[in-house]
Amino acid sequence: MADSLAVLIIVSTIASGIRLATPFLLASLGEALGQRSGVLNLGVDGVMLLGAFGAYYTVLQTNNPYYGLLVGIGTGLVLGVFYGFITLNLRAEQGVSGIGIYLFGLGMSDLLFQKFVGTPRPILPFMPLHFPVLSDLPIVGEMLFQHSIIVYIAFGLVPVMSFILYKTTYGLNIRAIGENPEAADSLGVSVMATRYSAIIIGNGLAGLAGAALAIELGIFQQNLTNAMGFIAIALVYFGAWTPTGVMLGSFLFGLVQAIVLQCKTFGVIPRSASDLAAMAPAIITILALVVVAKRFKQPAALTKPYVRGG
Amino acid sequence: MFVKIEPRPEPSRVMKYCSPLIAALLMLISGLIIFTLLGKDPMQAFFAFFIEPVHDLYSVGELFIKAAPLMLIGTGLAIGFRANIWNIGAEGQMALGAIFGGYIAIIFHGSSSHFVLPLMILCGAAGGMLWAAIPALLKTVFNANEILVSLMLNYVALLLLELLVHGPLRDPNGYGFPQSVLFSDSAMLPILIKGTRLHLGVLISIIGVGIGWVFLEKSFTGYQLQVAGLAQKAATYAGFDYKKLIWIGMLAGGLAAGIAGVLEIAGPIGQLLPSISPGYGYAAIIVAFVGRLHPGGIFLSSLLMALLYLGGESGQMNLDLPSAVTGIFQGLLLFYLLAADFLIYFRLRITRRQRKEG
Repeated sequence: MADSLAVLIIVSTIASGIRLATPFLLASLGEALGQRSGVLNLGVDGVMLLGAFGAYYTVLQTNNPYYGLLVGIGTGLVLGVFYGFITLNLRAEQGVSGIGIYLFGLGMSDLLFQKFVGTPRPILPFMPLHFPVLSDLPIVGEMLFQHSIIVYIAFGLVPVMSFILYKTTYGLNIRAIGENPEAADSLGVSVMATRYSAIIIGNGLAGLAGAALAIELGIFQQNLTNAMGFIAIALVYFGAWTPTGVMLGSFLFGLVQAIVLQCKTFGVIPRSASDLAAMAPAIITILALVVVAKRFKQPAALTKPYVRGG
Repeated sequence: MFVKIEPRPEPSRVMKYCSPLIAALLMLISGLIIFTLLGKDPMQAFFAFFIEPVHDLYSVGELFIKAAPLMLIGTGLAIGFRANIWNIGAEGQMALGAIFGGYIAIIFHGSSSHFVLPLMILCGAAGGMLWAAIPALLKTVFNANEILVSLMLNYVALLLLELLVHGPLRDPNGYGFPQSVLFSDSAMLPILIKGTRLHLGVLISIIGVGIGWVFLEKSFTGYQLQVAGLAQKAATYAGFDYKKLIWIGMLAGGLAAGIAGVLEIAGPIGQLLPSISPGYGYAAIIVAFVGRLHPGGIFLSSLLMALLYLGGESGQMNLDLPSAVTGIFQGLLLFYLLAADFLIYFRLRITRRQRKEG
């Protein structure tokens, strides 16, 4: 009896870890793409918040979570164009302009929420998918095959992103521009166009991450993301700029969150300890940054605007 | 008619100082549009947001109370920013300053010694510098990205403050509310002008900006920071120790933020609370940039930013505007500034017809 209870708890913790990892994964895949092309976007959290509100409001009006996802992506794409203009055309300092996006997104999403919604109302969340046979498998079924569609989209994007980065000319261009834009430029690769595309897609994924979060939770509130966007940026370093590494990092963070939640539910740990546990993501991130900085090199041209002949 | 963008032969000094003004003007225009979209009378909203907060002596005092931490932290951050050392962690360094300073106030509760307040400020400064030393150490030893490390430490610091105020530093007779005892008078900054809440901390902050100005503009280290920011390679060739500059740049921000944290709890707040800053550490980044990383400019831009905070409060009370408007203004101001800065290096030329190539 005790054994089966333990198994039950472990299975549900892992399953919820996968679910909680999803927004992290989407946002950090997007950020990784931008950073690979040499552009740091510190505004992920702001983009996620606006994407989350856009998705929440859409679902509230249409009752269709899929429209919500699309609006989330769209919000991100628009902000991506904007961020590209600021950092690529106007060559603004990337360490700072992202903070502007963050503050703007934090304020704007709250303003729109108060203006158009006011009192929080729940929305229709995603239904878990049901796969014939697979979902009914013991243990594995609950762990892997009873999630909502967005989980599969996020994890499915990992091989797609790896393929694009390492097997296509476009991916080669992105990596080349992130390392040595002068050389890529001299070979006729448009630095501007490639970076624009990477930033726009990256922000689209951040918007999708926000949408996934809002729809999965079924609510929106002020500062819904609670700095998830910043952790997503750190996960890119954690994963050493590779899609697989980013996935492992996201899953680890999702799992840590799931364990903390599980402990809270069972009242295993006192309040002060759960406050300490809340610090874990930030502290793990810092440690990871140290380890990664020693072993891996960031894209050489990261945060450096490209000026031809400059 | 065509608009042509061409690089200027030399960066424009005029544009360097005009661009914050352009940015502020664009922000105001956007503000009026936002107010209109929210269904408010734009002139009435403008009055509530930008005039109401400064209509009498008391309110001007409030403006300076809000501006004080911004100008102090902004100056500290500018010291690092000049050398491209990106300390995004002032919010956390401020919290550490408040924890250290607040701890002194709590253990000397009831004492009437004149040394309590100076000791609080010293310990707060140490706390802020300690927190800033972590990204500096990790950057100089492991080459870990200081932007992300300092940013992550914000969350650790804010959670630490919350934890302490819920637990060990909580007022034992406070009915379990998450707050410390109200500080004794000896731990409070005296009021400078009767009829206002203007406290000694404002004066200390202004002096801090002055010290920052002397350091940045008159000292050799200030010059080294400037050179390192413009051309790191040149600075290395000139024999400047860049690691030392990283330490100085980071610690200056931590020092300023730590002191600002103490001045907040010993000034307007008067006790330790789970949250002691409405995002001053982030807003100060914008203040530093709008002020052109120059203490004089930072002084002025801190007043503008303080007005945005007060305007947000006044708009909320008088017109039922969401307080989130403040954040939107802050973000917009930064964008417009970054956009207008483009005109420092480039100029737009309007030509009647396109010149034929070749």
